[in-house]
Amino acid sequence: MENIFDFKDKIDIAWCPGCGNHAIRQALLAALEELHLGREKVVLVSGIGQAAKMPHYIRTSFFNGLHGRGLPAATAIKACNPELTVIAVGGDGDMYGEGGNHFLHASRRNPDITLFVHDNMVYGLTKGQAAPTSRPGMETPVQVFGVFEKPLNPMALAISLDVPFVARVFCGDVGQTKEVMKKAMAHKGFALVDIFQPCLSFNKVNTFKWFKDNTAYLPDDHDPSDRAGAFKKSLEEEPFPLGILYESDRRSTFEENLEVYKKDRSPLYQREVDMKMVEAEIMAKR
Amino acid sequence: MIKTITDDLAIVLAGEAGQGLQSIESILAQLLKVSGYNFFSASEFMSRVRGGANSTEIRVSAKRAAGFLDRIDILIPLHKESIAHLKKRITPETIVIGEEDKIGYPGMIDIQFTRMATELGGAVYANTVAAGFICGLLKIAEQECANFILEYFSRKSEEIRSRNLAAIKKGYAAGKGLSGIHISMGKNAAVKTDLLLSGSDAISLGALAGGCDYVCGYPMSPSTGVLEKMASYAKKFAIVVEQVEDEIGVVNMALGAWYAGARALVTTSGGGFALMCEGISLCGMIESPLVLHLAQRPGPATGLPTRTEQGDLDMVLHAGHGDFPRIILAPGTLAEGFALTQMAFNLSAKYQVPVFILTDQFFVDSRTNTPAFNAGDFKVEKHIVKTEKDYKRFSLTDNGISPRGIPGYGSGNVCVDSDEHDEDGRITEDLDLRVRMVDKRLKKFAAIGPAIIPPRLVGDGNFRTLVVCWGSTFNTVCEAVAALGEKDIAVLHFSWLFPFPDQAGAYLRKAANRIIVENNSSAQLARLIRQATGVAIERQVLKYNGLPFAVEEVQREIRKFI
Repeated sequence: MENIFDFKDKIDIAWCPGCGNHAIRQALLAALEELHLGREKVVLVSGIGQAAKMPHYIRTSFFNGLHGRGLPAATAIKACNPELTVIAVGGDGDMYGEGGNHFLHASRRNPDITLFVHDNMVYGLTKGQAAPTSRPGMETPVQVFGVFEKPLNPMALAISLDVPFVARVFCGDVGQTKEVMKKAMAHKGFALVDIFQPCLSFNKVNTFKWFKDNTAYLPDDHDPSDRAGAFKKSLEEEPFPLGILYESDRRSTFEENLEVYKKDRSPLYQREVDMKMVEAEIMAKR
Repeated sequence: MIKTITDDLAIVLAGEAGQGLQSIESILAQLLKVSGYNFFSASEFMSRVRGGANSTEIRVSAKRAAGFLDRIDILIPLHKESIAHLKKRITPETIVIGEEDKIGYPGMIDIQFTRMATELGGAVYANTVAAGFICGLLKIAEQECANFILEYFSRKSEEIRSRNLAAIKKGYAAGKGLSGIHISMGKNAAVKTDLLLSGSDAISLGALAGGCDYVCGYPMSPSTGVLEKMASYAKKFAIVVEQVEDEIGVVNMALGAWYAGARALVTTSGGGFALMCEGISLCGMIESPLVLHLAQRPGPATGLPTRTEQGDLDMVLHAGHGDFPRIILAPGTLAEGFALTQMAFNLSAKYQVPVFILTDQFFVDSRTNTPAFNAGDFKVEKHIVKTEKDYKRFSLTDNGISPRGIPGYGSGNVCVDSDEHDEDGRITEDLDLRVRMVDKRLKKFAAIGPAIIPPRLVGDGNFRTLVVCWGSTFNTVCEAVAALGEKDIAVLHFSWLFPFPDQAGAYLRKAANRIIVENNSSAQLARLIRQATGVAIERQVLKYNGLPFAVEEVQREIRKFI
């Protein structure tokens, strides 16, 4: 069977051979197919970066906007048509750096969208500068004395903001990546999956082997519904825990909170303004 | 000596922030209108929540007059600092009325608003006393005042209602009994059925009639009024209204909303708009509709946050990197504010370009009565197509406009990309295709052509002198030019600024004497006119101290050039 989300013909993919993005794409294609989503109901949203090119390689509608600005667009798309499955995708720089403020506030709004962040701890498209998740000591053409800033911890940050689905996977395990992606997409509310990924061209420190050696699957007895426990776990580094750290169904979504859907579930584009009501509103100013 | 005022009265209320100038204005606005008087008000205030020195001009007239006056017939200062604040506008003709012990202005008429209010149960009623006083001066039917005040406070407790009633009556008696001023004001029954609107109201109602269903913004003076108005309509008209974390998020959210089939409005001011420029460029690249209301205030940077200027035309003309078409509108009247905002949504959807509505603090915060407009005349044009399997969002067409699909409506994919892209919206580095795509986008300039609204000529068609202006200065400039009483002079007002209306060239070339009036320091429209027509306008009346033009001032400055 052909995957309806894949292209029939071979496409020109701009990623380096062996890049972790290929594995993430395979996992995403499989996850989309296994969830039996209608192709015309899926929208991928991205910013700029190597990861943000993903929408071009999946056969769905997409909004490939500006660097760092995927989340506001994705939030609005879902808010205007809740029937769509909206997936935002980007790299660590796109989502945690340039788009960091939007990440914080998307977490507060809790739109029912999924966010996949390709986290390779380096800037790929701009060729090798530090990312917000780069480890201290990494030398780059810009950070010539080595990175000395504290790396951003997206897991702890998201749990602190009560993002209702927070997970981390390593693209070297395509099986777990796909399964967690499926759960994230099925989860109601904002779901973050941080995907560890080696950058073969520009990150000579955090290699495939490094990720292998510095990650550990969450133990079977990890309770993702325990926020404090999940937060504590999220602070662990080297090895970084892999799996669903936190999952909660306690928060209502942005769309659920919108007054416009309280009585009428239809997407905004299907509605018509009642000019008689507008007229009455104008006349009320007499 | 009795001062006589006939058919045109300028009252200025002045006080510190928090003293309730707006509540006096609000009571008078409605009461004067229902009584058949033309009403106009404009406020200037400091960027502070308490203290300082602010003022509100209330103009009552027998004929429609929505120009800002420098003249003050009656000044009601609520604090001592008001006098120094308005010293340039106070003349020997100005009658100052207020609490003499507090204000200490020589020759003023002593009316103890606060004491009268305190006698009624609290200083809080002083504003109603003051409103009643003005009604008494104007000899509005007392019963009308009483009825109105009960209605105005109908949601308050019985105690508050009855005390305000007593307050308006007490003020009324003091105003009516005042000797020394005789006001004779013609009434016009037609005014009673007029709308009473602020500029923010007009823009917001226009957005409603334009089918707006998504509004996002970040609070910033003087644009916040529209954000709040739209929020007040959110439930009744099923509008998503979201305060976003920053203006970058605002514009990207609005583009996402249009992409998903909504009709989004952004409301902002200059500094916020500056943050949006990359998003405007994205709008150009993905050929998205976008309606953006920009209420101007003086810059650069934070500038004068609560004051007025027409200083952002240049920025809006050039905002966003790269070449792409756009439409820029600037209403001169409330009716235009409504109609152009309504139209902006259809224009934007049809041509898939950003449409900017330029107002300013003077426009959005002023209030006047205007004949009712009819939303029934308007149609919401969505310009959305149901997609087929092989749908291409950027199909190359003769006029550059590709049928716009949205995701989830039809079987096709709707792909948009900030990179240069092919017809399907996918990233490309085919440089020949790049040229075709740029040409496609720019072709829309020609497509927009027939929609362009030419500038409006007011005055003598056989003009020798042409006074050129745009946006919010319309009423003031027209009144000033009419007051000159000269023949062969006319006003040319632009409410459609870009793409520049070619029809303007003939008017400009016909004039032997051209004068531009702009509320900015560098004559930005004059520059655009020169660029578009080759006609230079060297006689310039410019103002950039943060205040709007006054009728007398424009009259005086134009007089120097004729």
